[in-house]
Amino acid sequence: MLQLILFNVFNGLIIGAFYVLLALGLSMILNLSNVINFAHGNFLALGGYLAYVLIPYVGFWPSLLIAPLLTAAIGFIIERTMVRRVYGRDPVYSLLLTFGLAFMIEDACRYIWGVNGLPLTTPSSISQPLSSTFFFITAYRLFMVAIVIVVVAGLFAFLRYSRMGMRIRAGVLDLDTVSALGVNVKLLRSLNFAVGIFLAGLAGVLAGGQIGLNPNMGDSLLLPSFIAIIVGGFGSLTGTLAGGLLIGVTSAITAVFYPSAQQAVVYALMILVLLVRPQGLLGEEGLVI
Amino acid sequence: MSLATAAAAAEALPSAQRRLLATAGVWIILIAAPFWMPLVGGYTDLGTRVIVLGLAAMSLNFLLGYTGMMSFGHAAYFGLGVYGAGLILKDVTASTPLALVAGTLLGGIAGVVFGRLIARTRGVAFAMITIAFQQILYYVAYKWNGVTGGFDGLRGFVRQPIHLGPLVLNIRSNDLVFYYFVLAIFALAVGAMGLILRSPFGRTLLAVRENQRRARFLGIDVNRHVWLSFSVSAFFIAIAGALYALLNNFADPSSMYYVLSGQFVIMAVMGGMRTFWGPLLGAAVFVVLQNYFSSITLNWLFFVGLLFVLVVMFFPRGLLGIFQRRRAA
Repeated sequence: MLQLILFNVFNGLIIGAFYVLLALGLSMILNLSNVINFAHGNFLALGGYLAYVLIPYVGFWPSLLIAPLLTAAIGFIIERTMVRRVYGRDPVYSLLLTFGLAFMIEDACRYIWGVNGLPLTTPSSISQPLSSTFFFITAYRLFMVAIVIVVVAGLFAFLRYSRMGMRIRAGVLDLDTVSALGVNVKLLRSLNFAVGIFLAGLAGVLAGGQIGLNPNMGDSLLLPSFIAIIVGGFGSLTGTLAGGLLIGVTSAITAVFYPSAQQAVVYALMILVLLVRPQGLLGEEGLVI
Repeated sequence: MSLATAAAAAEALPSAQRRLLATAGVWIILIAAPFWMPLVGGYTDLGTRVIVLGLAAMSLNFLLGYTGMMSFGHAAYFGLGVYGAGLILKDVTASTPLALVAGTLLGGIAGVVFGRLIARTRGVAFAMITIAFQQILYYVAYKWNGVTGGFDGLRGFVRQPIHLGPLVLNIRSNDLVFYYFVLAIFALAVGAMGLILRSPFGRTLLAVRENQRRARFLGIDVNRHVWLSFSVSAFFIAIAGALYALLNNFADPSSMYYVLSGQFVIMAVMGGMRTFWGPLLGAAVFVVLQNYFSSITLNWLFFVGLLFVLVVMFFPRGLLGIFQRRRAA
């Protein structure tokens, strides 16, 4: 029993780590540009597929960096040409735009790489289980968790200490003032968007190694990421981080006792939070987005 | 183009007459649809589909266009209408009117309950929370195999003829009769919607849309009006859902999926979300385009996505919005 619970908690943390990577990117874009990026899950798939193309040429480790960077570059271009045109307009337009982009990217992936799933080969050095009792702890999973921890820590450090990170945080609070102080906020928003997409692309490569690739692999991760943001609180990245881990572990523990409620419990958690604390666990009161 | 000439002629008239003329035009087109559609390659069931989805898009637009609140989760209440009607026909009694009432109540009441929580938020948070609530219902429909049939959907029911005293409306096998039946329900729903929008309550919703802070200073309880608008809109879209169950004789979880919600929004925006009839026109264009693309290419989803992007970038005011702007200029 203990083994089963541990197995599920560990699984929950891994799934939670994916939610966190996606939700942090979504949250960054949402906070600075007030855009819900519906195509975020499709950028995740795109990252996985780009790694699939790159691995035969450069190997797994470089692909882990290059594929998300390429995805971020595509995101940057899409932001410059399309997404920026809806800034400051009724939010319905940004939702529809990214919704349309989601369809386009998904179908493009399907057209290029086929309807069927593809495997993403990971180095054999990290795909062995570490012990027979805890068979579920493969080195790859530990490695995934480690990567996510490093990246998330790096992101928070970047936002806290780097010049651009400070500008992003200031822009979340008051973009007009930041602009008046001479910061190129157009570029800032593009780069912020690209950072968010980078995280999605990275999640795609990692998820591809775990569950394989298919054109709509991001769909099942996107909506829980929304929940992570709602539960954690709008406007707070720490909240998003906590929310992602919380819903990952909650749903995994529920899976031990009552498997068919695995998804439902996430939403029950959200309703509970909305009833008790409408602004989310770490959201600021009175923050109207 | 005759539509353009008609619009140009209408521009010369005072606005009340113009509106009357436009409304009459819409009804003439709808009532005559089964006769002119075959000439342009359509068929009766396609027309019924447009009416049903048009009602759904107009119901959504009650909230989106007239209250300024963006729901991306209205497929939830549409889908409850679908399942409510389907379950009555399958498991309870073979009565079409009862199925319609049950579907409407199921979706509408869910809208009232969820709306209470949703109406506390605004903007993109509002949109995200509507999506989340929709996803709850989607999972229920998807997982509750014993009742909903799960992924495979609810099969094994058919719409039943309606007995009005000695008169029998054979909506089951005569698709022309079914079209007019759906059109009659549509007329009742749309008529009610129009009356609500003209009432003081409807005017208050416009005030909320235009400036929430000012509305609050005037003593309007904004949260309550958003909640009421959400509920009304959910009731109307549940009617559309119940009709959709009758149209397809089938219910499945995709009728609650967020993709369908997105399609309702694009119908409303493409037609013109600041116009009463726009969403109906948007639904017609969407259904026809989707039919066309899915018949010529497997990758029709790409073109649907492209349509979304093009509408947002180049026609943000929608098809009828273009007429409006020209009139204003």
